[in-house]
Amino acid sequence: MSDIVDPAEYKYGFVTEIDSDTAPVGLSEDIIRFISDKKNEPEWMLNYRLKAYKQWLKMKEPAWANVHYPAIDYQKIRYYSAPKAAGPKKKFEELDPELIRTFERLGIPLLEQKRISGVAIDAVFDSVSVGTTQKETLAKYGVIFCSISEAIQERPELVKKYFGSVVPYTDNFFAALNAAVFTDGSFCYIPKGVRCPLDLSTYFRINAKDTGQFERTLLVADEGSYVNYLEGCTAPMRDENQLHAAVVELVALEGAQINYSTVQNWYAGDQNGMGGVYNFVTKRGKCVGRKAKISWTQVESGSAITWKYPSVILQGDGSVGEFYSVALTHDHMQADTGTKMVHIGKNTKSTILSKGISTGHSVNSYRGLVKFMPSADGARNYSQCDSMLVGQNSRACTFPTIESKNPTATAEHEASTSRISEEQLFYLESRGVGKEQAVSLLVNGFCRDVFKHLPLEFSVEAVKLIEMKLENSIG
Amino acid sequence: MLKISRLNAQVDGKDVLRDLSLEVKAGEVHAIMGPNGSGKSTLSKIIAGYPGYSVLSGDIQYEINGRYQSLLDMEPDVRAKEGVFLAFQYPVEVPGVSNLAFLRMAFNSICRYQGAPEMNEDKFRKFVEDKLKIVEMSPDFLERGVNAGFSGGEKKRNEILQMAVLQPRLAILDETDSGLDIDALRVVANGVNRLRSPDRAIVLITHYQRLLNFIVPDHVHVLAHGRIVQSGGRELAMELEKNGYNAYL
Repeated sequence: MSDIVDPAEYKYGFVTEIDSDTAPVGLSEDIIRFISDKKNEPEWMLNYRLKAYKQWLKMKEPAWANVHYPAIDYQKIRYYSAPKAAGPKKKFEELDPELIRTFERLGIPLLEQKRISGVAIDAVFDSVSVGTTQKETLAKYGVIFCSISEAIQERPELVKKYFGSVVPYTDNFFAALNAAVFTDGSFCYIPKGVRCPLDLSTYFRINAKDTGQFERTLLVADEGSYVNYLEGCTAPMRDENQLHAAVVELVALEGAQINYSTVQNWYAGDQNGMGGVYNFVTKRGKCVGRKAKISWTQVESGSAITWKYPSVILQGDGSVGEFYSVALTHDHMQADTGTKMVHIGKNTKSTILSKGISTGHSVNSYRGLVKFMPSADGARNYSQCDSMLVGQNSRACTFPTIESKNPTATAEHEASTSRISEEQLFYLESRGVGKEQAVSLLVNGFCRDVFKHLPLEFSVEAVKLIEMKLENSIG
Repeated sequence: MLKISRLNAQVDGKDVLRDLSLEVKAGEVHAIMGPNGSGKSTLSKIIAGYPGYSVLSGDIQYEINGRYQSLLDMEPDVRAKEGVFLAFQYPVEVPGVSNLAFLRMAFNSICRYQGAPEMNEDKFRKFVEDKLKIVEMSPDFLERGVNAGFSGGEKKRNEILQMAVLQPRLAILDETDSGLDIDALRVVANGVNRLRSPDRAIVLITHYQRLLNFIVPDHVHVLAHGRIVQSGGRELAMELEKNGYNAYL
């Protein structure tokens, strides 16, 4: 491993030197066949990919988001890169120690004796899952937690049934691209009535240069089941931009509950806006059954560009969707993030709580859509979007949309923008608290209502992460 | 302990303090009285280091370990760490940050600076609960956000609580009595009187004489048009109450 830049700024910015099996740069049908072949996929999966690719060729990159970047040349990206010594069938003990060390350095111990109790982890390195912990414990409860590649091989009936059922490849440009070239990600199935005994977690690491990461995650919670799912992401500091176009699908059947938490800390680029990850992600959950519940909590603190709207389709009567978000932008980062709540079922309920913090020269936008379909009698939404500006050069924007086709549905929206005031800072400082600490105290206070929805360990991490980022950006 | 000499200061381009001089010795309580707009609050905020106010000339010297140093060169948090405390006229709300967490952060950063041992949460909670009795407030108060949704009286009590916890050497109270009923006034005065000691100094900024019935000052000054126009003892405050500020306008 080698450090490229001062790791104090972004401590996950190191590169792992490892032999990789890579596809040639560029995108074509041949590349898609290459990926599918590498994964030894069945015919139906390859056909799905090819259909998605044909669809993608007809689509245009969306331009409506409040983000600006030079055109991406999709022929200059590498679509597959896998460390040679990894494979879904390998035991951790047989993995290249360099991989184990990489994840340890990221705070993700994979070897048994060092594992974090109460959490099962799927570790994804570039294009492949290098392994999943605690599988045996989970198997006792009938919980399946493995890489999506493995699931395609071993549980094709489940994958066929749900894959693309929430985010079809026709959905948008990046979802189509992902469906064509996705490499790995996690698959999870919680059987009827099971409360998952461990929190499930996937850790994504982009390492290879010029390589895009196209992860694909599918989580199915059968009737009456319950699961907490955590996702973390980092990438090395590189001068070139890296593309990350993921699709995450959640399916909650009757009475099931999924809590999905993300701490996104991809490399954000340097102080001049050079480098960083382009994060174009489609995350969506579907409450298929009655009284199902899907809750998204996200802490977005990295990426040069974030384009991400974790959404919930509230199809089952009485189902519940939640979105809790903290998005922090600094230096030249651009974030356009928010959610969609689509109310179809009767008495469905959604809550949106978004906290945006912009510092430096960054732009932080909230974009939200609350839609009540004609069938959504008695549906309710509550949205609150707060923005906090630090310094004089940052910007915050809010684009909330409410579309109602049902007169009995109600929506409440509150929004605020505040600047960390000189008065507040002075008050805290006059009690002996230094300026940096005072700012992070104010910001943490601002984010508290979101952080409390994170699992405890994650919430401690999130507070530390935000503090570290602020320290670097307010000098 | 505090020597202000020929201080000139501006707020939004307007001269607010003009050649103001004042000396406060350890063990003393000074009351600064004056009509609205005379520069009382500006003076207190400048001593604490408010960045929005600009000092044009003059100096504020403060005694640290027997040596006088200029406060003007210090950041506000360093002034606090050296024992300067300002009870605000309008304490700021900091929602989402609990009173207890904030107090402990402040207390420990001062301890760290002074080389004194820091306190863990349990120990600190006991320490603060003891101080809460001084301001006659219930422990629930500690779990609430700093001043968030507090009534005017609660905010003032919270300032006194902070003062009791941080135990400053120089405490400046900016109109802490304004808007208080007689019971709250007694509580606040009690908190201040407990802090009186031979090695501390207290500056009370007030519009009314009433507070001085509870906290008896050693010196009373009249501030008008940005300078101290008259100084005296307790009797000066009584006189002001009788005749008002008209003579100084």
